[in-house]
Amino acid sequence: MNHKAAVLEVKGLRVSRGGAETVNVPSFSLFSRETVALIGPNGSGKSSFLLSLACLLPSAEGDIFFNGELINRKKLTEYRRSLAMVFQEPLLFDTTVYKNVASGLIFRSVSPQEIRKRVESSMERFRISHLAERSARKLSGGEAQRTSLARAFATSPVLLLLDEPFAALDPPTRKNLTDDLALALRESEIATVMATHDQFDALYFADRLAVMQKGAIVQMDATFSVVKHPVNEFAAAFAGMENILKGSVLKAENGMFSMSVGNETIQVTGVRLPGEQVTVCIRPEQITLANSRPDRLLSGQNQFLCRIVRIITLGLYSRVYLECGFVLVSAVANQTVQNLELSHDGKVYALFDSSALHLLDG
Amino acid sequence: MELVFDGIVTAWQLLISLDQELLAVTILSLKVSGLATFISVLIGILGGTCTVLAEFPGKRLLISLVNTSMGLPPVVVGLFVTIMLWRNGPLNMLDILYTPTAMVIAQTIIATPIVTGITIASLQSLPSNMKLQILALGASRIQMVWILIKEARLALLAGIMAGFGGVISEVGASIMVGGNIKGYTRVLTTATVMETSMGNFDKAIAFGLVLLLVCFIINYFLTRVQQKERLR
Repeated sequence: MNHKAAVLEVKGLRVSRGGAETVNVPSFSLFSRETVALIGPNGSGKSSFLLSLACLLPSAEGDIFFNGELINRKKLTEYRRSLAMVFQEPLLFDTTVYKNVASGLIFRSVSPQEIRKRVESSMERFRISHLAERSARKLSGGEAQRTSLARAFATSPVLLLLDEPFAALDPPTRKNLTDDLALALRESEIATVMATHDQFDALYFADRLAVMQKGAIVQMDATFSVVKHPVNEFAAAFAGMENILKGSVLKAENGMFSMSVGNETIQVTGVRLPGEQVTVCIRPEQITLANSRPDRLLSGQNQFLCRIVRIITLGLYSRVYLECGFVLVSAVANQTVQNLELSHDGKVYALFDSSALHLLDG
Repeated sequence: MELVFDGIVTAWQLLISLDQELLAVTILSLKVSGLATFISVLIGILGGTCTVLAEFPGKRLLISLVNTSMGLPPVVVGLFVTIMLWRNGPLNMLDILYTPTAMVIAQTIIATPIVTGITIASLQSLPSNMKLQILALGASRIQMVWILIKEARLALLAGIMAGFGGVISEVGASIMVGGNIKGYTRVLTTATVMETSMGNFDKAIAFGLVLLLVCFIINYFLTRVQQKERLR
């Protein structure tokens, strides 16, 4: 991706709000046709970062380069006319759907014929042509967000900033709109930055993920890399690694170490020094369950006799919550639950390989 | 009750005969209060918008002062304007005391905080990200302000109604700075007060009824515009 010129480049971006630093991003680049998802917990600075990318936060410091050109006060309106931003709330104007979709073009003094052409095309793309003359105040949540997206796309932006655009929608509406937006993005050259804390949205849209924590991007990489090698607890939880275990290294040799977690000892593949505090994580589906202790324990394999705290059935699989001296969650097929006759307060062995444990930084 | 009935009959007669004095007083009332409202709408909407959009120290204090001024007693305004325009006052060179111009100034001072206060409240009640959304759509600052005012138009119409209602019905300031001079500064409210003090209740009722009618017609028109917008 880096062989291409960046559409957007950010250098030394800092934002302070109410005396506290909310964004501190030394560098960030975005390329044409790519989507970067900003993920992070509430208050991690995702929205502030998006707003500062649009030069909408007066307190932001730093340089923003759009197509290699530094954005200054004089170029602000011109720059904003190259981008579009969609917020969590649709923020429609108190007029018809048609006029809402046309508003960005009216600001740009586009000719009426061109406005008609582009508005109709954008409304068609987001399947709201039949709502053209309806008042924006009389739309459902999904229709309103469709209108907001159509308004953004009508301006043919080079850069699209999405601030949790589906957060307020119910699941079926969300699903339909997600598909339409994905199609619209695929058919365009638009570079997109999307703030979200929804795992599905991020994985569905993003070419790259940027993990934000306390205003800083702590990890930015291709989506699969972040999912496979998360750097912190949030990214790990986001990637589905629900079992996060903390402890100190007891012994280390031959590329492996043992660590104490609760009253138990776990074998982990990796290099750490004795006494060091470490955090490891593992996906629920990487923990297998057995009724009896295996005859022969493989090198690096962990096994614990656990008490079953709770079993939750979710469609084709079940989540089994275990107390093993520390808490583990295992995801197994419903058939396995039946075969092993798992039940609340029963005993079961939990097995996982030392190499399945992922070490988190810091 | 007879007094009231006689008053209504006289009022009706004055109205259908298009009494010249009643007509002149009504027209002057509309001119003075209409102009004062117009000026206060210009100042109030501009001032209110600037107050909401700008960030400066003392902003909350200013908003509190504006809100307090929404209830300015007309007699206090009348006293202040009279002192300013009095023969020894700082603005005596204008020589406009006891003229319709002085009445317009006094009524503008009364109506401006009302329009400003309602403008501030209506703009602040818009979604907090609306301004950012407008700018992100590529609007210039002037376009942004215009759209915000359009978005708040229903509440602003209420502000205009409140401002006009406040000045067309006030008597204290008009009598103090206008002097209730027949054929020159006499308006519906001052005429009503004068006729009442002279015991001419029939004429006082006639002026009072016309005042109510004028208020009703103008507010009815503005309310229709407002409700039409709301239901659109």
